[in-house]
Amino acid sequence: MRKMIEGSRAVAEVVGLCRPEVISAYPITPQTHIVEELSQLVADGDIDAEYVRVESEHSAASVCLGGVAAGSRSYSATTSQGLMLMAEVLYNIAGMRLPLVITGVNRALSAPLSIWNDHQDTLALRDSGWLQLYAENNQEALDMHVQAYKISEDDRVLLPILVCMDGFILTHTYETVDVPTQEEVDAFLPPYRPLYRLDPDDPYTLGAFAGPEMYHEIRYEIQRDALAAKAVVKEVARDFQAAFGRWMGDVVEAYQCDDAETIYVAMGSVIGTMKEWVDARRAQGEKAGVLKLRCFRPFPAEELRQALAGAKRVVVLEKALSVGGYGILAAEIRAALYGQPNTPPVHCAAIGLGGRDVTFDTLDETEKRAAAGEMDFFAGLRTELLEAS
Amino acid sequence: MSATAFTYETSRGFFPGHRACAGCGQSAAVRIVMEMVGPRCVVVNATGCLEVFSTPHPESAWGVPWIHSLFENAPAVASGVEAALKQQGKLDDVRVVAFGGDGATLDIGFGALSGMFERNHDVAYFCMDNEAYMNTGVQRSGSTPFAASTTTSPAGRESFGEDRPKKDLPAIAAAHGIPYVATASMSYFADLRRKAKKALSVRGPKYVQVHVPCPPGWGYDEKMTVDMGKLAVECGLYPIVEWENGEVVRVRKIKKIPVEDYLKPQGRFRHLFRTEQGKAQIPKIQELADANIRKYGLVD
Repeated sequence: MRKMIEGSRAVAEVVGLCRPEVISAYPITPQTHIVEELSQLVADGDIDAEYVRVESEHSAASVCLGGVAAGSRSYSATTSQGLMLMAEVLYNIAGMRLPLVITGVNRALSAPLSIWNDHQDTLALRDSGWLQLYAENNQEALDMHVQAYKISEDDRVLLPILVCMDGFILTHTYETVDVPTQEEVDAFLPPYRPLYRLDPDDPYTLGAFAGPEMYHEIRYEIQRDALAAKAVVKEVARDFQAAFGRWMGDVVEAYQCDDAETIYVAMGSVIGTMKEWVDARRAQGEKAGVLKLRCFRPFPAEELRQALAGAKRVVVLEKALSVGGYGILAAEIRAALYGQPNTPPVHCAAIGLGGRDVTFDTLDETEKRAAAGEMDFFAGLRTELLEAS
Repeated sequence: MSATAFTYETSRGFFPGHRACAGCGQSAAVRIVMEMVGPRCVVVNATGCLEVFSTPHPESAWGVPWIHSLFENAPAVASGVEAALKQQGKLDDVRVVAFGGDGATLDIGFGALSGMFERNHDVAYFCMDNEAYMNTGVQRSGSTPFAASTTTSPAGRESFGEDRPKKDLPAIAAAHGIPYVATASMSYFADLRRKAKKALSVRGPKYVQVHVPCPPGWGYDEKMTVDMGKLAVECGLYPIVEWENGEVVRVRKIKKIPVEDYLKPQGRFRHLFRTEQGKAQIPKIQELADANIRKYGLVD
């Protein structure tokens, strides 16, 4: 059913349709509307789940860990500092191969304290073993949650997934979204049937420690299965299209890239702005395209190589960077392209940190500076505010 | 994904042949508790000695479903297991039991434990209190007793060891108003059995703190473990108390032996008998025992 609702409400409704049995979260802006809506849905009996109101994000993730291990589909949502506090548990969940979906509302990291959007939080978890999907708009965020449970619980995957959506820009924006029915979601997403769980009738030891003679192989299996999960992400996107009639890409989505000379790469809600801007640039005769990275983990290196092969220039727009290093996306894209014939230069523009608006002016600036040969730079910088170094 | 299966019939919950040190008080206490818990349970274990000596992958000493996640989150994992079993309609049949050491329980997992208490999860939490971080090499915890020398509160030319008394977690647990709190000692098997059984019979959060002597951590002859536990209780330094709904309902009466009888055989207190500064601490330790005796009426 098509409805004009807030992004957080859309996520809460679709999470309910996924029939989680255990929900646990700790409030943190701008994740709050999601968990408030879920609380109300549980309070009204619209969702039949145990909602565990914990004392920290560390415990929220731990409750979900226990819930999944005991055989119940579980859910949490967090952002920023909350995700940092969860980090230890998140590595553990991935290592234990427990399927779980958490909404990673994207927000900047302190200090300075900022409640506004960028991607520094979820990208800090890039090495954790969690798969990461990034939504462009609220419909995609909604659809991604259904897909994420299906991917995560697939026996070929058994890795948890962060569904990343931009704080405020998506979570607090009202958009028309198509909310599927319970019957439609049930037909697409079967009940969780774990291979192993905490069951007195079939006891297992979960979470044993591994010495040097075992650990190496267990990490190899995680890496092997995380890479192989790309095929499942694609398969589930196709199945979702067949069932629901919607397609927003699988691991990447190319927009106006076929004859593009300059391709702009990014993740998340900024893609919407970039698509409009590229249309405007094309009206001016510039052959520009947008490549949306929808799946950051597993990293779609082959798809990026194919999509970027014909370009004369690639500009990566990053809402995060590895301080003291480079833009995280740009570094990985440069690595993916390394050694390929006719590799285009890959420019990296840090944009929109801590909720700074990304406008056509920002994109114009990235275009000009990349064309002038700048490789790594901050776009939209208010240089008058900078203290002398 | 790897997992190791044993049956309850072969293990009675917690199988011997694990890698605990000779004379380990904790392994004996866990065996007693697990015999009372029975096969219909899920065990959640914090990181620590028990977790490490019982589950070197692919071996396991556990014949019941068992999970270890991290150091500080056993109460939260147990909360999640309990919530899932409740939602699945299995909580009448399956008991959720958690084990944590004193570091996991009094220090790093303290917030998670308080959360588990106030949310009223139906979990029996057993703290295995050996009074320091033994698994990592005898570092000081919030449960380390006054004047004990540990590797991070060592006795030295200007130090008599730990300068603060034990955190009183049983009283803090009782202050949450949870239905059942008890202290116990591995040296009194029947008492520990009864308390484990009682904890399993009550619905809601339960906290049982079991004093478990540790030969390498405390520095005593490993055949003395049961004796060490008894000396701690009989001198008044480890009061054996039960609370129901926040009120003290029962205490174990003691003989009131001098604290020196308990301190002397232990390496962690050896310095107290060697220097003037050390000797000056012994009356203070006696006063801690006397305060317990007065507070709980341990002597008729």
